[in-house]
Amino acid sequence: MSVLVDNDTRLVVTGLTGREGTFHALNNRTYGTRVVAGVTPGKGGQDVEGIPVFDTVHAAVDKAGANTAMIFVPPRFAADSILEALDAGVRLVVAITEGIPAHDELRVYTQLKRTPGARLVGPNCPGILSPGKANVGIIPASFFKEGNVGVVSRSGTLTYQIGNELAQRGFGNSSIVGIGGDPVPGSSFIDVIELFEQDPQTELIVMSGEIGGSAEEEAAEYIAANVTKPVVGYIAGFTAPPGKTMGHAGAIVSGTAGTAAAKAEALEAKGVRVGRTPTETAEIAMQILSA
Amino acid sequence: MDLLEYQGKQLFARHGIPVPSGKPAATVEEAVSAADEIGYPCVVKAQVLIGGRGKAGGIRVVKDRAEAQAAADAILGMDIRGFTVHEVWVEAASDIASEYYASIVFDRAAKAPLVMLSTQGGMDIEEVAEKTPEALVRLHVDPLLGFQDFHGRRLAFQAGVDADVVRPIGAMLAKLYAAFVAEEAMLVEVNPLIVTGERDVKALDAKVTLDGNSLYRHPDNAALRNPSQEDEQEQMAHERGLTYVKLDGDIGILGNGAGLVMSTLDVVAGAGGSPANFLDAGGGSKADAIVSAIEVILSDSKVRAVLINIFGGITRCDEVAKGLIEAFDVVKPRVPFVVRLDGTNDVAGRKLLAEASLPNVATAATMDEAAAKVVELAAAQGAPA
Repeated sequence: MSVLVDNDTRLVVTGLTGREGTFHALNNRTYGTRVVAGVTPGKGGQDVEGIPVFDTVHAAVDKAGANTAMIFVPPRFAADSILEALDAGVRLVVAITEGIPAHDELRVYTQLKRTPGARLVGPNCPGILSPGKANVGIIPASFFKEGNVGVVSRSGTLTYQIGNELAQRGFGNSSIVGIGGDPVPGSSFIDVIELFEQDPQTELIVMSGEIGGSAEEEAAEYIAANVTKPVVGYIAGFTAPPGKTMGHAGAIVSGTAGTAAAKAEALEAKGVRVGRTPTETAEIAMQILSA
Repeated sequence: MDLLEYQGKQLFARHGIPVPSGKPAATVEEAVSAADEIGYPCVVKAQVLIGGRGKAGGIRVVKDRAEAQAAADAILGMDIRGFTVHEVWVEAASDIASEYYASIVFDRAAKAPLVMLSTQGGMDIEEVAEKTPEALVRLHVDPLLGFQDFHGRRLAFQAGVDADVVRPIGAMLAKLYAAFVAEEAMLVEVNPLIVTGERDVKALDAKVTLDGNSLYRHPDNAALRNPSQEDEQEQMAHERGLTYVKLDGDIGILGNGAGLVMSTLDVVAGAGGSPANFLDAGGGSKADAIVSAIEVILSDSKVRAVLINIFGGITRCDEVAKGLIEAFDVVKPRVPFVVRLDGTNDVAGRKLLAEASLPNVATAATMDEAAAKVVELAAAQGAPA
């Protein structure tokens, strides 16, 4: 098993005909993901290396049976593209696009919560990889193999760093889920941890957080009340000064809120072990799994 | 992006929110002529992107031309908590009967705009929220429904504003909400929101933060960026499209991906070092981006050593190595570098570096090792000149 994406995934890529969209969609297909359609308004009827292109997401769902959408369009079109996918009945939308205006994300999130069964991962995320099954997004799959560690992270490269350290110690992953670095992520740590808790393949969960917002603190409460599997945490940004956006739009300490120290404390107070470095995080995970 | 007070007030005025009349001035002469035009008494206010202006002596009421001149002379060029005052805002003095507080924040946790109102204005609102939380009334607005008239009435009655201004306060909140949405703000704050002797309501201060990701839709707002309020390196990085944050240490940092760079800063600090900056070269960085980034890092004279920490996903380590080799050719750095390349094409990248045998460049296999090494090298450089 794995979470969110697997052999049943039938992917439609919005923005397939763009340079980045084509590159990553073909990478995903090479990995084994069933990429069944692309959408570019006005280019319906064309194809990209055999992947049929449609004018609308609705057509991609009707004619190609897409059940998952990957959003690869530029920021100014991204909110519309996500809403179109939801309207077309797609129930898993993975938004890779970085730089979507925050108010657009707010409207999308509000609509998402009114759409029964719908799930959005991202925006501004590297996507989801279930090793050996499917890769939806830009995660470099070659560093990861199938295994029993579920990873959920706000950062892409940090996920690769931690995942690679685990791989070097012989551990693989059930799924790796990038929830993204924006202020209004479609899925929270809690949403993904809940899936890992239910997934029989996952035996340990690594969550990688960073400064800004309160998603890690909320996850700490949730874990204490609902999660039986061991969770290991990592938080980036202990040295970040207040009031500065550290690369990700959501990574900002506002006054005294959203600090790395507060997040690590909240997790530790609920019994989640938190590594001080990515290496230490992988070592803690290894100790628990080897015990 | 933060706006100066007067930029915020001009934005408010465009949305029909009453503000005192005023003029910005960058010189003493301009300030005096603005004061003459507005009439006395008036107020000369320092324009900087930091709070505590009043306490620092950056806000003065003046009652004649000589006082206006003296105030402008004292305030222009003043340093307020690390920010130099380049502009003042001269505005008509207001007759204040009551000081309230109003704000709308982009509430990330609730994923909805949060409107707040209090009759305890003019003071530190965080203190009010802590000591008398009941004095700060709050209401989340459904982003798809928007702010309704009853929201305004409910907030005004609940906060206990004077009965005769319930309606105008409600109207002002509705306009603030309209401005918050139309301008795509992350924060609009009015402290104090005043009621005058004539029972008019006015925004006596304006704190506005706009969403940087939305500026492409608001070219007029994008032009309000205040480079004079930015550090030299931050300005240079902005012009080159790099994500850079100045810190106060002496170890330059370059990495790819916001999370990994934040993590690198922490690991360097944990090894006893002090990072000089945050710099995310971004995903898929090509050689020229690396050259550009290194130029920005080295333009900070405090930098005594540089750590390059790359975990290649989309970014290819051989491209980073090429950029580094090119940068050494262009910039000829005088400080030591430590480079850690891992991930996509790491073997090719390391090989390129080894063949180039750049002066003063050490390599490291892991992030922890790289951090320890760069801290040691920075210390060996001695105190900065």
